[in-house]
Amino acid sequence: MEILVTGASSLIGTNLASELVDRGDNVVAMQRRRSSALSASVRQVVGDVADLAAVKNAMAGCDAVIHLAAKVGVIGGRDEYVRANVDGTRNVLTAAQELGVRRFVHVSSPSVAHDGSPIVGGGADPAIVAHGTAWYPETKAIAERLALSANNDDLAVVVIRPHLVWGPGDTQLVGRIAERAAAGKLALVGGGRALVDTTYIDNAVSALIAALDAVHPGAACAGRSYVIANGEPRPVRELVSGICVAAGVEFSPRDVPLGAARRIGTVIERVWPHLRRDDEPPLTRFLADQLGTAHWFDPRPARVDLGWRPRVTIDEGLQRLADWYAVGETEPGGR
Amino acid sequence: MIEPPSLPGGAKWREWGIDPAWSNVIDVPSHDGSSHRWHMLDTGRPETDEPWATIVCVHGNPTWAYAWKSFLTRFAERHRVIALDQLGMGFSDRVSHRGYAHRVADLGDVMRSLDLDAETPLVLAAHDWGGAIAMGWAVDHTDDVDGMVLCNTGIGVPEGRGAPKIIRLAASAPLRDLVCRRTSGFVEGTVRLSGDRIDAIDRQAFRAPYREARHRQAIADFVGDVPLRDGHPSAPALERVSNKLGGLDAPVLLAWGARDIVFDDDFANDLAGRIPNTEIQRFGEANHLVMAEADVATTVDTWLTDLLSAGQLDGAAASADLSLVGSSVFDGVERRRSDGAVAVHDAATGTSITFADFARRVDGVAAALRHRGLEAGDRVAMLTPPGVDLLVAVYGVWRAGGVTVIADRGLGLRGLGAAVASTRPNWTLGPRAARMASGAMRWAPGATHIDTAALMSEAADPPVTELPAPPTPGDDVAILFTSGATGPAKGVRYRHGQLAAQRDALAATYAITDDDRLVAAFAPFALYGPALGVPTAFTDCDVTTPGELTADAFDLACAAIDATMAFASPAALANVVATATDGDDRAGLAALRLVFSAGAPVPSEILHKVRDLTPRAELHTPYGMTEALPVADIDLDGIDAAEASDQDAGVCVGVPVAGAEVMIAPLDFDALHGIPPAVSTGGFGEILVRAPWVSDGYLGRWETQRLARPGGGWHRTGDVGRLDEIGRLWVDGRAVHVIRSDDGPIASVPLERALERQLCPQNLVTAGRVAAVGIGPHDCQQVVIVVERRGGKAGLADEVLAAAVRGALEVPVAAVLITGSMPVDIRHNTKIDRLKLATWASEELAGERARRPRRRR
Repeated sequence: MEILVTGASSLIGTNLASELVDRGDNVVAMQRRRSSALSASVRQVVGDVADLAAVKNAMAGCDAVIHLAAKVGVIGGRDEYVRANVDGTRNVLTAAQELGVRRFVHVSSPSVAHDGSPIVGGGADPAIVAHGTAWYPETKAIAERLALSANNDDLAVVVIRPHLVWGPGDTQLVGRIAERAAAGKLALVGGGRALVDTTYIDNAVSALIAALDAVHPGAACAGRSYVIANGEPRPVRELVSGICVAAGVEFSPRDVPLGAARRIGTVIERVWPHLRRDDEPPLTRFLADQLGTAHWFDPRPARVDLGWRPRVTIDEGLQRLADWYAVGETEPGGR
Repeated sequence: MIEPPSLPGGAKWREWGIDPAWSNVIDVPSHDGSSHRWHMLDTGRPETDEPWATIVCVHGNPTWAYAWKSFLTRFAERHRVIALDQLGMGFSDRVSHRGYAHRVADLGDVMRSLDLDAETPLVLAAHDWGGAIAMGWAVDHTDDVDGMVLCNTGIGVPEGRGAPKIIRLAASAPLRDLVCRRTSGFVEGTVRLSGDRIDAIDRQAFRAPYREARHRQAIADFVGDVPLRDGHPSAPALERVSNKLGGLDAPVLLAWGARDIVFDDDFANDLAGRIPNTEIQRFGEANHLVMAEADVATTVDTWLTDLLSAGQLDGAAASADLSLVGSSVFDGVERRRSDGAVAVHDAATGTSITFADFARRVDGVAAALRHRGLEAGDRVAMLTPPGVDLLVAVYGVWRAGGVTVIADRGLGLRGLGAAVASTRPNWTLGPRAARMASGAMRWAPGATHIDTAALMSEAADPPVTELPAPPTPGDDVAILFTSGATGPAKGVRYRHGQLAAQRDALAATYAITDDDRLVAAFAPFALYGPALGVPTAFTDCDVTTPGELTADAFDLACAAIDATMAFASPAALANVVATATDGDDRAGLAALRLVFSAGAPVPSEILHKVRDLTPRAELHTPYGMTEALPVADIDLDGIDAAEASDQDAGVCVGVPVAGAEVMIAPLDFDALHGIPPAVSTGGFGEILVRAPWVSDGYLGRWETQRLARPGGGWHRTGDVGRLDEIGRLWVDGRAVHVIRSDDGPIASVPLERALERQLCPQNLVTAGRVAAVGIGPHDCQQVVIVVERRGGKAGLADEVLAAAVRGALEVPVAAVLITGSMPVDIRHNTKIDRLKLATWASEELAGERARRPRRRR
């Protein structure tokens, strides 16, 4: 199969591309800059998803699309998020329709449906567009709706929402926890007792491949959204402690009550853009909710419709992370 | 004629949760020669291939068809529900005063005008005064009525009491007009009785047709129609109907709000006495408007399922055939009637009674009770503390034909009160203090108190000597209470034959003969002593704290009667072991041939230590429950062998005792579909038992009883487990405690046992103080382990304990929590309320309380 992977330079994208190549697929990777992490067998096309012509050019000859490209985080104005996430998704969908692509995997985020209250064994609730000034979930929600409404008898679209992906080489979650802990600045919201499910990187990759293989016009998963996670929720405290142990840094967190974390996050969110810093803020209202309330999901829809089960457990994942740190954090993916 | 209030528009109906299409009016030719316009909510014929019924609902005063909203909404798609507005009420025509007989005729008029299918089963549902009217029509149309649901209603004032005070007050003419018509007092009062069990929408809807005085005339007329004075014009008609109720042979469900001060439980019992085929379902928290306040519709749904499939269930009797029981609970007493040996000894007071005196006193008590007016079937709440007098009194009540209500203080004072009150005892029997308590706390409002001491002195010189014929196996004998470890204690009904069969099963299982002598360290077990015909001793230990029984007290009681066997609760045995110092000579214990313990799991570690104190005794733990005991039995050697044979299983309770059958049924089977298929040997499922001594059912809990009795005499225990290839039964916990994971059910007890086996030696957990619970939605629950650390800070366990727990179990564990104290029952102090624990764990691990329910797809 000839597959276009957008945003392939990310942790998931890099691992996904190499996994697809390993099993004999031809992979076209589209991202804004050439990536040295991608294997030589991947054909790299440099371009911006906001440019429809560039997208069409990259997609020419492809049977399937895995659309990963997105602007994440909280830095930047709404226009930037709209351009990357909404316009970009619209372009990739348009190109797929025009070029007769049959299979489309849209990568979304559980945050599109999150309203701040705990999620206990939840499903992939419909995306909600109102997220205050958190542009990422808002634009990803709009993008997801676009993707689902593009599903029809010619183009099958499935939406995958991986939840808190981590693993060797991950700078978003693992990297920041290890960095904060090493600096003695680790804090846990509400004692870290919220039960949170996460996704080990290899499982996120296998889920996307399962979705790619399952989706076709008329498939049960076509036109639907799925939350992907390990299905092993743990208290935040245990996860963070496990990551610290794997990274070889001391785990001695401070405790921030949830209410306080939310207030601090709200203030930082308002102030941060005016500081003109280019790094991510230490805490946001969204992050306080994510770390302070339960988030875990019903694994059965993905199991039934995608035929997917996670292969790497949390404990195995933590061991692989420790091994990766032990050899000196070189090779992303660590496999 | 005054016009009815104008009908609400579609938007208003929808706001009330009623489909506007259900609102209909029809003009009905009346027996009075005119024609009246009736309003009704009619869901129409359902589009279904399943059997369905027409349910005609008759409201009371001062409500209207809206009172049946729960029936309308629940049954609209599967049955046809027609909720009428009576004339002068709701949105039907306003009419001049109509007495009871007219009202019954009115119902007949409208029944004729309704477009009913003769082939479709007809069910009448009625509330309050609507009940009397519906019964009035039903007694003359018994062939047309296939079933009735009666809610908080009556046909006459129950025997032995006056009309409710509040109705007397409202019925005095000037006050009546003021309260019922000129002001909205009666409407408001009725609505207010339901408190927050109904919502603002309900309150608005109930008031809607009665906003103006001219629309409330019928409310006052209804109250005026209550025949409180002699010669009331409606009294003869009511009396006629009341006398014909015996001919109403259709099944009747009495669905009752137990907090109603007007139509209280006595009215339900009164109707149950008049109508041949009734079942009672009490709703403990609901008041008068029970259909609006409680989930009556679910119960009725279950009841309708049975009603419409009656043919299929023929021959599937709920309990065993008692005519086969040839013995009686009095056999032991009669056999030793002239025996001078000690029958009962109380080690606390040192008092004793011989068999001869016991038999004589029992007869005396029975005679004295009959003389005081006790009739066969009367319920007597036994509030006498354990001792000689209690046993004499219990057997005396039984001999007189009474039914003992036995609730012990192990339920907690509140639980005890609620339990006693739910039985509506006719009599209470106890010391003066018990009378004060039951009076002050309204445990038994209609009961006459009998002072135990006075009764005993009357029994010594009974006023009459003629006793009625002894009770037969089919007569009611007792109401016992479950421990209420999960939810309120349930009253369990026994008949004489069942109790006799139970006695026989105990005698056979433990080879009990007249040469045996019994010590009952768990006081209620002493009741079996006289029935078995063996001398019986109570220990010196407070009944509320059996866990404080000392080794010395236990030994003394055994020595006092030269006991051969002793029954003690698991908690009592644990304390006996703890208080036994080495080297003491305990001849009483040393002579025992049998020690048995039941009621809760008995740790084998404790039994091994008991064996050191009772070297000659066999140690047995019968398995059973308040509803069925014994089911199975195992001795200590059997326990040891089972422990060695399977390290991943729950608790082995041995093989079924002779006469009892055990079946494992699929988890969550539907009892309404009859007897479930058995799962194959070794398979996991719910444990069912069948034996002649299985109890008759539950008191006032028809639905609970129905769901526990699939038919064929089987009783659903609520426990889960399996039968192994050599016929041993293993118990893995309660069905409601099974963790419903996305990979299938996970029973709690095997996980807990695995943790105890592996982590007790390291002192990481205490036996009996670790629980496995499920959190999250059904069928994708996560396993959480909760460990008790006395006085410890509640929250996440430390890394060491969490790792040890995960290492000991095969299943994924989401979290390990510490609690300062486990929620356990009072009676045994061991039964962990895992549902309560799961709720707590769920909140703890949510990070915060959910602010609002999650949207569901």
